[in-house]
Amino acid sequence: MEFFVTLIQVLDSTVRLATPLLLACLAGLYSERAGIFDIGLEGKMLMAAFFSAAVAAVTGSVWLGLLAGIASSLVLSALHGLASITFRGNQLISGVAINFLASGLTVLIAQSWFKQGGRTPSLFGGGRFEPIEFPFVDAISGVPFIGPIYSELLSGHSILVYVAFLLVPATWWILFRTRFGLRLRAVGENPAAVDTAGVSVVGLRFAAVAICGVLCGIAGAYLATALQAGFVKEMTAGRGFIALAALIFAKWRPWHAMGACLLFGLLQAVALRFQNIDLGGVVIPVQVMDALPYILTVVILAGFVGKAIPPRAGGEPYVKER
Amino acid sequence: MTLMKSLLGAAAAVALTAGAALAEPALIFDLGGKFDKSFNEAAHNGASRWAEETGGSYREIEMQSEAQREQALRRFAEAGSNPIITMGFAMADPLSAVASDYPDTTFVVIDVTWLDAPNVRQVGFAEHEGSYLVGMMAAMASETGTVGFVGGMDVPLIRHFGCGYAQGAKAVNPDINVVANMTGTTPAAWNDPVKGSELTKAQISQGADVVYAAAGGTGVGVLQTAADEGILSIGVDSNQNHLHPGKVLTSMLKRVDVAVYDAMSAGDSVETGVFTMGLAEEGVGVAMDDNNAALVSDDMKAAVDKARQDIIDGNIAVVSYYENDSCPALQF
Repeated sequence: MEFFVTLIQVLDSTVRLATPLLLACLAGLYSERAGIFDIGLEGKMLMAAFFSAAVAAVTGSVWLGLLAGIASSLVLSALHGLASITFRGNQLISGVAINFLASGLTVLIAQSWFKQGGRTPSLFGGGRFEPIEFPFVDAISGVPFIGPIYSELLSGHSILVYVAFLLVPATWWILFRTRFGLRLRAVGENPAAVDTAGVSVVGLRFAAVAICGVLCGIAGAYLATALQAGFVKEMTAGRGFIALAALIFAKWRPWHAMGACLLFGLLQAVALRFQNIDLGGVVIPVQVMDALPYILTVVILAGFVGKAIPPRAGGEPYVKER
Repeated sequence: MTLMKSLLGAAAAVALTAGAALAEPALIFDLGGKFDKSFNEAAHNGASRWAEETGGSYREIEMQSEAQREQALRRFAEAGSNPIITMGFAMADPLSAVASDYPDTTFVVIDVTWLDAPNVRQVGFAEHEGSYLVGMMAAMASETGTVGFVGGMDVPLIRHFGCGYAQGAKAVNPDINVVANMTGTTPAAWNDPVKGSELTKAQISQGADVVYAAAGGTGVGVLQTAADEGILSIGVDSNQNHLHPGKVLTSMLKRVDVAVYDAMSAGDSVETGVFTMGLAEEGVGVAMDDNNAALVSDDMKAAVDKARQDIIDGNIAVVSYYENDSCPALQF
């Protein structure tokens, strides 16, 4: 029974840790499926985390904060789109630039706005996303097995967690069951064919980059206003890059993305819960758990477990005619 | 010609002495940044107090990456700043490389005590003594018999904190369970409040009801989660009691501000060598103010005062983690 309780707690922590990864991973999925590589996920999340916390702190409304976070992330997306779609620049360089820009701008603006050294004031009350309690939690929590799963694991997360997980089937449906999705995937594989059919490549790619911006905005707002109560500099701590790793691990597919993010979240949660894991004499240090997401991604990239093939036109700006 | 020469010589001498008189101190913050509400902010407070009281000015820079350390040291030294005050153990290697190149400049380094350089003032703190006291308070405040410790980056300094804490807790209650976690092994561990929160939740689920954070910016997440979940937390370095009034049991004060203030006041004639600031020198201590008055019982206060005196008198020996890189009270 003790083991079961611990398991539920670790899984609960997994859900919290996987949510920002999942949102960022889906964001990258839209963008990269349309042929725009985006290593600026980290920067967009960071920018959104700051503006959502800042606006929530000033207005006292977390929803306005969420909107501000999405808006700021969209601005960076527009910048990425402008550089890599309109001006056909190198997408990787544009992404790196966005990361640097966000890292510096957030601290700079925070310092001149709040004078608290690159952080926002602590949020309280309506400035934070509160956990949502499911109905009948108290009644069911006493039931063995089902009770803890329902009341601890499923209930009690903030609304953004449920949004993130609902976005997985939604993304699958949009990409694989709608005309827009078909075109979006096509533009990442063979933009010339899409152009021949009379559909705007530039328009589709901008749409994909904008969706990416919205999702990164939600991810950032989740970090700063749901998991935490305020912004601290560099608070994304590399989650954008782990999301990219998850995207490759999932081979650019929505359901697999959820699996990959949950796996990486689980690895983090286990690493946090157990410092050193003792497997009958062999001790696995916590650092191994921290590094596993990257190791797994390298294994996948090296082609040991299936092959990860990115969208064919990924990373290449579309040139209509020379 | 000779007149010209002596005139020029005089002018040069005046310029040199003027330069020496104008030498302003410089302060190099570590990666946590000037306003980390903790270690670096304490240095900032000490420096601003000096600037306010004397009307002097000082130069400062925040490190953004490991690579900047040596560069920043050299730039300040070339510009004639004296003394140059640097923060944190990570400055040890750059400093040992740079200090000998500028024998006329005095360097001050906080948290480093092992360099062999004649022109460096090395200030260490007896963090294990202060942590011992807050460990006692944690054990006395705990009702579950389990207390937690969240460290930042896994380095000997932070283990040193945790080790003193565990010894203090065990002195009050030999059966107490101390759960210790480190946030990570890279400098990012100083600024990851999300991970700090998750670690705190994990420790709460293991029964901890007092958590001590020695983790820079990550500690903000620890204190926040502790307040949200209704358990007590203990801050570090600066007085963090005000962050969540009535929910932070105390803070382990490390008077970095005093060390920086003293160094700046002494100016370029600051004494070099190795200095350790412990309980006797009031270099470390526990924070008592209005924000935690309701949490600290008279028994607790009396026990802490007694232990402080005993440590100063040598009746209690708090084992330092540095002595043989291991801790008698805690397994990391």
